[in-house]
Amino acid sequence: MSTNTTEALPATTLLRFATAGSVDDGKSTLVGRLLHDSKSVLADQLEAVERASASRGQDAPDLALLTDGLRAEREQGITIDVAYRYFATPRRRFILADTPGHVQYTRNMVTGASTAELTVVLVDARNGVVEQTRRHAAIAALLRVPHVVLAVNKMDLAGYGEKVFAAIAEEFTAYATELGVPEVTAIPISALAGDNVVEPSANMDWYGGPTVLEHLETVPVSHDLAHCHARLPVQYVIRPQTAEHPDYRGYAGQIAAGSFRVGEEVTVLPSGRTTRISGIDVLGDPVDVAWTTQSVTLLLQDDIDVSRGDLIVPTKDAPATTQDVEATVCHVADAPLTVGHRVLLKHGTRTVKAIVKDIPSRLTLNDLSLHPHPGQLAANDIGRVKIRTAEPLPVDSYADSRRTGSFILIDPSDGTTLTAGMVGESFASPDPVKDQPEEDGWDF
Amino acid sequence: MTTVAKAEEGTGSPYALSHLDALESEAVHIFREVAGEFENPVILFSGGKDSILMLHLALKAFAPAAVPFSLLHVDTGHNFPEVLQYRDRVVAAHGLRLHVASVQDYIDRGVLKERPDGTRNPLQTLPLTEKIQSERFDAVFGGGRRDEEKARAKERVFSLRDEFSQWDPRRQRPELWNLYNGRHAPGEHVRVFPLSNWTELDVWQYIAREGIELPEIYFAHEREVFRRSGMWLTAGEWGGAKDGERVEKRQVRYRTVGDMSCTGAVDSDATTLDAVIAEIAASRLTERGATRADDKLSEAAMEDRKREGYF
Repeated sequence: MSTNTTEALPATTLLRFATAGSVDDGKSTLVGRLLHDSKSVLADQLEAVERASASRGQDAPDLALLTDGLRAEREQGITIDVAYRYFATPRRRFILADTPGHVQYTRNMVTGASTAELTVVLVDARNGVVEQTRRHAAIAALLRVPHVVLAVNKMDLAGYGEKVFAAIAEEFTAYATELGVPEVTAIPISALAGDNVVEPSANMDWYGGPTVLEHLETVPVSHDLAHCHARLPVQYVIRPQTAEHPDYRGYAGQIAAGSFRVGEEVTVLPSGRTTRISGIDVLGDPVDVAWTTQSVTLLLQDDIDVSRGDLIVPTKDAPATTQDVEATVCHVADAPLTVGHRVLLKHGTRTVKAIVKDIPSRLTLNDLSLHPHPGQLAANDIGRVKIRTAEPLPVDSYADSRRTGSFILIDPSDGTTLTAGMVGESFASPDPVKDQPEEDGWDF
Repeated sequence: MTTVAKAEEGTGSPYALSHLDALESEAVHIFREVAGEFENPVILFSGGKDSILMLHLALKAFAPAAVPFSLLHVDTGHNFPEVLQYRDRVVAAHGLRLHVASVQDYIDRGVLKERPDGTRNPLQTLPLTEKIQSERFDAVFGGGRRDEEKARAKERVFSLRDEFSQWDPRRQRPELWNLYNGRHAPGEHVRVFPLSNWTELDVWQYIAREGIELPEIYFAHEREVFRRSGMWLTAGEWGGAKDGERVEKRQVRYRTVGDMSCTGAVDSDATTLDAVIAEIAASRLTERGATRADDKLSEAAMEDRKREGYF
């Protein structure tokens, strides 16, 4: 490297986060404000927004227009899909999954939260914690998003009152903690006026915490790997078979969790064969140790049969394999998921045939009530399913590993992604959900 | 022995990847996933910086073996000569197979008509889609980034296209975690965007970090240009200055490389990668807004063209 770019623009870390909230809460305005005040909106984008705002007779540029992409959405004034936004500060690069908060778009929120390290839940200070807020908290808890920010918006319309904010923060934190959310940071803001989004608010000197952007810049993005089970789903076998590399066999994949070290004893699942790591290659650099989420190539001591779909794990920390998967799922397709449905299940790099054996319950996110034996799950429904797979799978519990504890169900006939699944128990806390038979259902 | 990732100061963890390492790792994961799940993938390669970056990442993903994909260039017939030379050099250096879909052929055969404004970018769709059908490509890598334009902000990494290459926003599949769904029916294909999460600045920083060679036109140089629709254009076979448009010699560089008729240069004295990066970091115009006439058409222009099978 002959450049000194790294001095001018230091390499920073990357934070993926998601927003949950509705247009009414001012979500688009918050996102627009983050982009605008962090100087991520460029002149031509701003001009386009100013033109569009003026053509609609608005007198100030509507920052929400920065983020409404598709024509259908502009016409209806709603957000119907996950949109990804990019911005950076000198301290960090951000990828924002911007999702609509309405009940019929639960699947989009689940999608956005699936890759997020942090979720911003937005509430209107005048309304406080409402059903939708509880739903957003539940999704963050279900998807095990490590950090949750409660942004209490429209503080300007609530007289910038500390008591208003404190009551909402307390109620939300109690609820989220009950669901097992490990960390809640509550911030009083006005997205419209700009209080505590990027700049500290002069109107709320009683608040001593960080602005939304400061918090986003400083929240930790990596985990203590000591407590993670190391996992490498094999994507591809690299065999050059050239004069220079006649015997090279490398197992390529992205480390899904934990770390691997040269010399370590590993087991290849599902075959169960054991060998040692003889080398690790991180995109051209030989290393002693590599960790999540690096894309690597592992070299193994013994010439054993390893192929795409296998999982390489430490011998001393291997998951059990099973053909019976119990999971919490979010159904993301328009047609319902029913008992007896024949599907494909993609877990890591492996896709197997499977059948939906049972749907024990459907979960209502608003009040966390359980409805037994719903018979099917419709679009945006969350529920428990039991799945039988055609081959044994080495699954982890989603609580232990978001990448090796998750799967998707696919329709074998047309390839539609049907369902997003999380293996194991729904919530981190013992049992926040309560059985509640549906009024028109059978009460066994 | 080296370790690649550098911990960021202040996070307290030695295991935080830098943003470039994280983006690189993700893109490599995408390339390998396609290699594992598709029969006949191809990389769209124009000789522009995004396609050069894609090829660099693909080379890294499969080293020390060869890249298991061929390349496809949709040639508008109005390419910068420097870019074509670069393209041919790279293809030869890595022993790759290059397919060319030629807009000129379609015009010569009378299938496509030249537009009055001389712009050929919108004419690329048919040669591209017919080449995908005739060669039976089932995965097509594009260098599109979600930060480029509002309609792209919702694009998936794996984007399903029907046999007419059409993009239907309602048929796009949710993408969860890093579990990409590449299933498709015969005749359908999947467009794959490994650079989805990169910004223009990320691309340049990475090119600098890796020491990737680019065509010279990305750096400041003297060239004869004329002003049209607020852009500096270069005369060529596609046409040139009309009455009232004055040709002048200026020091310029290109931020994107496309069809000569609608790719504008910007005034610049950035002759090195570092200077280019500093200029972009300070720029107040996004990449396309400054240099692409065709994206200025309307608020919904890109969305409409994506539906037709444009990249």
